[in-house]
Amino acid sequence: MATKKFMFVNRKAPYGTVYAIESLEVVLISAAFDQDVSLAFIDDGVYQITKGQDTTGIGQKNFSKAYKALGDYDINKLYVEKESLEERGLTLDDLMELTWEDEDDDYAEKPSIHLVDRAAMSGIMADQEVVISF
Amino acid sequence: MAMLHIVNKSPFERNAFESCLNHASAGDSILMIEDAAVGAITKTAFAAKVEAALQDKSVYVLSGDLAARGLSEDRIISGVETVDYAGFVDLTVSNETTQSWL
Repeated sequence: MATKKFMFVNRKAPYGTVYAIESLEVVLISAAFDQDVSLAFIDDGVYQITKGQDTTGIGQKNFSKAYKALGDYDINKLYVEKESLEERGLTLDDLMELTWEDEDDDYAEKPSIHLVDRAAMSGIMADQEVVISF
Repeated sequence: MAMLHIVNKSPFERNAFESCLNHASAGDSILMIEDAAVGAITKTAFAAKVEAALQDKSVYVLSGDLAARGLSEDRIISGVETVDYAGFVDLTVSNETTQSWL
């Protein structure tokens, strides 16, 4: 099967609607098909990967830890839009540290999150063959 | 007749929160729940509107929804109060009427 460039675009905060967890499940499934997968976090999607999520007060499963597994599935291109963070009073420090191990570089731990501005995000999107938006 | 306005949509995604603020009267209470909780923190593009509402209205946020989204209570806009589910119930009792901004 030919490899295609897939991008999953995440635009919703977690827990209030099912979009975030549904996207994560599709992303994990896509990993099984050996595609070139990247994730975009724009608008309220940036809340999906904030650190310190605690769902005990709302009785829902905290699925934020699952994002840490993405690196093990070779999903290591997580693009976060700078303007979306800024509009929400957030910085990169508010996000989880998501990393992957580069087996071609002595298993060095490398960051999966790439902070990009809106223009760069637009360019990355334009470069995709398949874009699935949540 | 004080009214409790309940908002559950992110102010960055829908205009329900803004419309609520535009229609609520002095003395009313506004409660942010679910995705609306993200509107409770400082330094956002929406914070000024919440601060303006605090001039003559009470503003609350459901603490569990804030924590679920990784937002700690020390970033809440000054004057916004946190409530738990029991506090939510109290607000529905202390106001004569309730409006949910869906």
